[in-house]
Amino acid sequence: MRVAEAYRVAVTALRANGLRSALTMLGVVIGVASVVVLVAIGTGAKREVEQQVQGLGSNLIIVVPGRLEFGSAPTKSRLELGDADRLRRATGQEVAVSLASGETVRFGTRSAFATVNGTNAAVSRVFVRPVARGEYLRETDVDTRRRVAVIGPELVTSLFDGADPLGRTVSVGGVRFRVIGVFASVGSSVGGSRDSEVHIPITAAQRLFGDARVDAMALEAPTTEDIPQVRKQTLAVLADRYPDEEFSAVTQDQILGTVGRILGLLTTVLAAIAAISLLVGGVGVSNIMLVSVRERTREIGLRKAVGARQRDVLLQFLLEAVLLTSIGGLVGIALGIGGSLGLAAAIDQLPAVITWWSPVLAFGVSAAVGVFFGVVPARRAGRLDPVVALRSE
Amino acid sequence: MTPALEAIDVTRSYQLEDVRVDALRGVSLTIEHGDYVAVVGPSGSGKSTLMHLLGGLDRPTTGTLRVGGQDVAAMSQDQLAQVRNATIGFVFQSFQLLARTSAVDNVGMPLVYRGVRRAERRRCATEALERVGMGHRLAHRPSQLSGGEQQRVAIARALVGGPQVLLADEPTGNLDTRTGEEVMALLEALNDEQGVAVVLVTHDRDVAQRARRQVRVRDGLLEP
Repeated sequence: MRVAEAYRVAVTALRANGLRSALTMLGVVIGVASVVVLVAIGTGAKREVEQQVQGLGSNLIIVVPGRLEFGSAPTKSRLELGDADRLRRATGQEVAVSLASGETVRFGTRSAFATVNGTNAAVSRVFVRPVARGEYLRETDVDTRRRVAVIGPELVTSLFDGADPLGRTVSVGGVRFRVIGVFASVGSSVGGSRDSEVHIPITAAQRLFGDARVDAMALEAPTTEDIPQVRKQTLAVLADRYPDEEFSAVTQDQILGTVGRILGLLTTVLAAIAAISLLVGGVGVSNIMLVSVRERTREIGLRKAVGARQRDVLLQFLLEAVLLTSIGGLVGIALGIGGSLGLAAAIDQLPAVITWWSPVLAFGVSAAVGVFFGVVPARRAGRLDPVVALRSE
Repeated sequence: MTPALEAIDVTRSYQLEDVRVDALRGVSLTIEHGDYVAVVGPSGSGKSTLMHLLGGLDRPTTGTLRVGGQDVAAMSQDQLAQVRNATIGFVFQSFQLLARTSAVDNVGMPLVYRGVRRAERRRCATEALERVGMGHRLAHRPSQLSGGEQQRVAIARALVGGPQVLLADEPTGNLDTRTGEEVMALLEALNDEQGVAVVLVTHDRDVAQRARRQVRVRDGLLEP
């Protein structure tokens, strides 16, 4: 029997039980769609984070106290502003500093909660942090502990209703700061919005927070090749100054590696959970195929009586199962892609990236599920004794 | 010339749980080309078993069975299926037509397993349906046909592959007397004009008496 003929018979059989076929397919549809959606979300989250880390700047080395390890408690910083000068002298690179805290920012009767980051002028050169209007902090602002602030665009909306905030005075943690600049939007991210940050001179921040220290420092190596050298110099300076303390100097590659591993694992787990539902769909296919073989025992007997060989009957039923799962697979892929794009459009912070391999894989798996779960019922059909089959009612 | 079907001292026993059932206990029967034989006997006599053996649907426990001159003992299930396809046309009491399938596709079905292409199948099936007087019902489905018409379609299906033998198991059993008469006349005409051997299994005495010879089965043996 040619495949075309088996296909025709299989389509006829599936159509004859339209609702049953559709419900059986639904299991596969849901399985495939969830694989596609979850992989898309996982991949999207990973790409988003990667873009953000890369968008911070290039060849960055970020210095934080303690050992940077998942699960370890954050170490209280002993770094101070003087250490930034030491680092600059040792490496010949500009050093950005940061001391951050969550504070309430007010303008008139309006208020918003924002991450207030005490920084220095080097931030604008080490990091990619474009200012849309006004200007960034200067060295003299830091040196004279001037109460000026650069605010994120979301705060312009929430505090100023979009009006020009330059020259206006906002209250940060109860202290008045004059707005001298507005950041360009860098978009919201999985890790929270960077568009609602406030940058003030670190000296002002230290007084505001009552904290003389520095949370973290960052510097930029001139080229990628220089990163190990600069990193080594940095750690040497800190080891010399704080012999009993541990510091981490992480590069963007290290961050990307860690984040990539975590999100890659997350994607795998999500896909595995979705794959279980695909498996359950496959069991449904197997079940329905067994019913179909039983219902059509007489037809099988007749076909064998007039000359069908075992493999003709097997092919017919196997093709029916594969047809069920691959049609289900195609519908699932369409639904999955549509669902991913819909979710990404509806939920701002949920990026979704359709990779070429996830639909291909999902389709391949669903077709394989058809073969795997169809083979037992199909073999049962192929082996039926025509005498017995013809007699069945 | 080799006979169309030849059974030499065949037996067939089944194991039903702990009991061995000897359905046939040594039967020899030869069906010549163009033969017209009625196999009669009470139910449980072994005539269905004999019919299944003659049709190559089953193999004897002992003895020799030749279908179309070939010994079935040496054949695999699949080879046997191909011999059936080439040699035997089956007509069943309950017609055994596929529902939701047109007459022409029902009749063309055996040719599927010969690898005949669709257009050619349709041509052959149409021809076979015309031979049984159903040329005007090609696209009808079994549910749209009367019992007599369904049996004619079934006979066309049995004929389409050009068999040497038509094996008819109670072909009139589900039909009223007049339609049964028509179906018998059709089978006899095919036997007469085209030389197809007809083996009838029946317990209807009137039907059996129309055959050229009768074979009686009782308790797994042929009555002399």
